[in-house]
Amino acid sequence: MSERSTPDARGWGVLAYPVAMLAVFFLGPFLIMLATSFYHRIPGGFYEPAFELDNWKRLGSDLFVDRAMFSIRVSLLAGIVGIVVAFPFTYFLTSMRRRWQVTLLVVVLSALSLSEVIIGFTWSVILGRAAGISNILVWLGLMDESEAYAPGFWAVLLGLVAIAFPYCVLAIYPSLSRLDREVTEAAQTLGASPWRTFWTVVVPVTRPTIVAGFLLVFVFTLGSYLISAILGRPEHWTLSVFISDQASFNANVPFAAAMALFLTVVSLVIVAIVLWFERRATARARGN
Amino acid sequence: MRALRLVVTVIVVGFLLGPLLVVAVVSINENRYMDFPPQGFSLEWYGQMFADPAWRAAIVRSLIIATASATLAVSIALPLAYALRSYRIRLAPLLYALGILPFMLPPIISALGAQIFWNATNHIGRIENVIVAHAVFFSTLPLVTISLAMEAMDPHLPEAARTMGADQRTTFRTITLPLLIPSMVTGFAAAFVLSLNEYIIAFLVAGFSVETLPIKIFNSLRYGFTPTIAAVSVAFILIAATVFTLFAVFGNLLRFLGADPAVLERAERGR
Amino acid sequence: MTADVQTAPSADGGLRLRELKKRFADVEAVRGVDLDLPSGKLVSFLGPSGCGKTTLLRMIAGLERPTEGRIFLGGEDITDRPAHRRDIGMVFQTLALFPHLSVAGNIGYAMRIRGVAKEQIRRRVEELLGLVSLEGLGDRRVSQLSGGQRQRVATARALALEPRLFLLDEPLSALDANLREQLQVELRLLQQKLGITTIMVTHDQREAMTMSDLVVVMRDGRVEQVGEALDVYRRPATAFVARFVGSSNLLRGTAVASDRLRLGDHDVRVGGTALTVGAEVTVSLRPEEAHLRLDERAADGDNVLSGTVVFMRDLGELFECYVDVGLGDPVIVAGSPRERIDVRPGDRTSVAFAPDACVVVEEPS
Repeated sequence: MSERSTPDARGWGVLAYPVAMLAVFFLGPFLIMLATSFYHRIPGGFYEPAFELDNWKRLGSDLFVDRAMFSIRVSLLAGIVGIVVAFPFTYFLTSMRRRWQVTLLVVVLSALSLSEVIIGFTWSVILGRAAGISNILVWLGLMDESEAYAPGFWAVLLGLVAIAFPYCVLAIYPSLSRLDREVTEAAQTLGASPWRTFWTVVVPVTRPTIVAGFLLVFVFTLGSYLISAILGRPEHWTLSVFISDQASFNANVPFAAAMALFLTVVSLVIVAIVLWFERRATARARGN
Repeated sequence: MRALRLVVTVIVVGFLLGPLLVVAVVSINENRYMDFPPQGFSLEWYGQMFADPAWRAAIVRSLIIATASATLAVSIALPLAYALRSYRIRLAPLLYALGILPFMLPPIISALGAQIFWNATNHIGRIENVIVAHAVFFSTLPLVTISLAMEAMDPHLPEAARTMGADQRTTFRTITLPLLIPSMVTGFAAAFVLSLNEYIIAFLVAGFSVETLPIKIFNSLRYGFTPTIAAVSVAFILIAATVFTLFAVFGNLLRFLGADPAVLERAERGR
Repeated sequence: MTADVQTAPSADGGLRLRELKKRFADVEAVRGVDLDLPSGKLVSFLGPSGCGKTTLLRMIAGLERPTEGRIFLGGEDITDRPAHRRDIGMVFQTLALFPHLSVAGNIGYAMRIRGVAKEQIRRRVEELLGLVSLEGLGDRRVSQLSGGQRQRVATARALALEPRLFLLDEPLSALDANLREQLQVELRLLQQKLGITTIMVTHDQREAMTMSDLVVVMRDGRVEQVGEALDVYRRPATAFVARFVGSSNLLRGTAVASDRLRLGDHDVRVGGTALTVGAEVTVSLRPEEAHLRLDERAADGDNVLSGTVVFMRDLGELFECYVDVGLGDPVIVAGSPRERIDVRPGDRTSVAFAPDACVVVEEPS
C-alpha cells in the first residue's frame, strides 16, 4: 500500500516542460485550426480572420459528403477484412513458441513501420502491368497477357488492408496472449473440438477486444493518405487526401480546417467507444 | 488445426512480405525499367541512392529529422511518464490522454494543425518545423514504453534508495534513470523508424522546401518508376527489420506488445 | 509484564510512537498506536495481512507520512524528517536490490552517494561481505545470486552506514521454508552481535518467536498485545492472539464460581484469574497442554472432558487428535508421537488438562 504525494515545486517543474511542449505544439495548433475553420478565404491562397460558417456549411456539400462516405465505407471494409484475417493469425501466433512469436512479430512491426509510400509503391508494382502478379502468371504460363489491377477500388482496399493488418494484429495480440489457455483446455476436456472451442470460447471471450481493435483500425485507415493517392484514381481518394489537397494545392485552408475538425470529432467518438469497450473487457476479465 | 495454423501463417507472411520480395527482385534488375522476371543482376541502383545528390540529400535530411525528433520525443515523454507515475496528480489521466492523443488521431489533423500554426508564426518551410511536429506526434511511443517500464519497476527500489540517504534528485539519477534506459531506447527507436517513414505531416508542414525521403519517393513516383525507388524501399525495410530485431534481442518485445509474462513463460517451455 | 513494557521509560535511544494514525483514501490502516520500544532489541510486529504492521513500519522509516501522531527516536521528534535523513537501514519484502548494480555497488550505494572515497568504500564493502559470509562475491550481478545470497546482500546494504534503526519488512518471505529457518537464526545472531535497534514485520509466529526480544501483535490497525515472545504465547490476552500466535482451543462458558466454569455439560476449574460469577468467559487451552485419557477419572485435580475421537493425524514430530466433547468445535489435543495413545475415530476417550492451562482471554462480542 504505497502512497504517492501531490507534486511539490520540483514535481510541477518536471511536468512543466512536457506539458508546455504538448500545449504549444499540439493543443495550440489545434485551437488555431479551430479558429481558422471560421476564417474567410481569399482566393489565391490566403485567409483572413473572420467569423463565418461558410466552411462548415460546405461540409454539407455533395462533394464533401461523397468523399466522407467513401472514406468511411472503404475504411470500414478494410477494418473488417483486416480483423477477420488477423484474428485467426494472431490466435495461432500466440500458441507458438516464443522464438516464432518474436520472429513473426518483428515481421509485423517492420511492416507497420513502413511508410505508406513504400507499401503503396510495392503494391502498385505487384498489381501493375510491368512486374506484377499478372507477369508472374504469364511467366508461369497461366495467363496469356499481363494486365494492370491498379489503380482501382480493389487496389485501394487491398493497400488499406495491408497497412491496417499489422495494427489489427497488435490490437488483438495482448488479449489473445492473456487468454487463459486452461479455459480452452477445459472446453476440450468437455468434448469440444478445437474448431468448436475457437467459436464457442475464444471468440466470445475476446469479443470486446475484437470490436475495440476493429474500431482502432478503422480510425487508422480513415487517416490513411498515400494508399488511395497511389493506388486509386481521384474518385477513390480518401478524406485525408482531399483535406491535404485543399490545404496545399487548392489553397483553401479554412475549409481544410473544418474538414479536419470533422475528422477529429468522428475519430474521438470512435476512440470513446473503444475506451468504453475496453472498460467492459477489463470488467469481464475480472470475472464479472 | 496445426495444418490450418501453418496455412494461415504462410498466407499472412506471404501477404506481408510478398510485395517486398517483388520489389527486392526489381531493385537488382540491370535494366532501368521495371521487369519481371529481372534481366541480369546489378547493385547499381543501390549505388545510385548515394551517388545521386538529390537522393543523398533526402536521405541525410530524413536521418536528421528522425534523429532530432526522436530525441525530442523522448525528452517530452520521460518527464511526463516519470511525473505521472511518481506523484499523485488529479489531472493525470487527462495529461496522459494529451500525450496519447496526437498519435491516436489521424495524422492529417496534426499535419494541418502544424501547417496552420507555422503559417501563423510566419516561420514557414523550415526543417525544425518538421522536427517539432514529428516529435509531438511520435512522443506517444516513448511515453508508452517509459510508462510501462515505470509501472513494471518495483516501487521499493526508489524507496530503498531513500532509506539509504538519497534525496529525490539522487534517487532519480542513480536508480530510476538507469533502469528506464532500455525503455527510452525502445521508445526512441520506434519514434525514429516511424519518423523516417512519415509522409503527410512532413509534406504539409514543409513539403515544398524540405524534401524528406518519403516525399522524394512519392514525387519520383509521379514522374514514373525508377529502380532507385525500389532500392531505397529495400533499404528502408532493412532498417525497420534491423531496429525491431534489436528491439527483440535487447528488450522484451512480447512484453512490450502486451503479452502476459506468465503465459510467455509457458510458451518458453514449449507448452 | 505487558504493562511493564508499555510504560517503561526506555526512551534512551529507543523509539516512541504516540497516537500514530494513518488513513489512506478509503481505509484506516493504522488507528492509533502507542508504543515504547527499547534500544538494542529486536521487536517484531506480528499480525495477519492488512493489520497495518507494514504501514506502521513505513511510517517509522519515513516512507509514509502519519495522518496523526508523532514518532520519537532517542527523544528526538523525527515525524517530519524525510526518509533520506532518518539514519535508518531497511530490508524490503522484495529485497529491492538494484538490478543495474553489482553486489558491491548495492552494498556501497549509501556511501557512494555521500561521496565517500573509493578506497574507503571498497574496504567497508569487504568488511560487510565478510559479515554476511559473502566473501569474494562483490563483483557478481544481483541476478546471478541465489535467494539466500540476495537476502544477505540486502541485509549488508541496509547495515552499511551503521544506522540507528534497522527495519525489516517480511525480510525472509521470498525464501523457502528450510532456508528461512536458517536465515532467521543468522539474522538474529547478527542483530545481537551488532546490538542494533531492530524492528521486523512478519506474519509468521515461529519467525517472531525465533528472532524477537519483544512481540507486538497487531490487528485491524491496533496493537492487540505487547510482550516477550514466549509470554505472549503462554498468556495470550485476547482470543485473537490465542488463535493467531500458535493454535488454540477456545472454550466458551459461564462462570459458576470464582474458579469454575460451566462448559455445556461439563464443569472445569480455571486457575489464575478470579472469575465473576455469571459472566460469559472464554478460556484458551493450548493443544499441547491437553492430554488424552482412556478412563474418565480425573487425576491430580485435572479437568476432564469426555467425548468421541473424530480425527487423528500423526505428523511424525507430533500427533494431533480431534475430540468432539459436545461443545461445537472439537477440542484438539497434541503431543509427542512417543506418548501417543492408540485411539481411532469413533472411540470414546477423555481430554484432561490442568486448571492452570486455562488462560482467560478477552473476546470482543
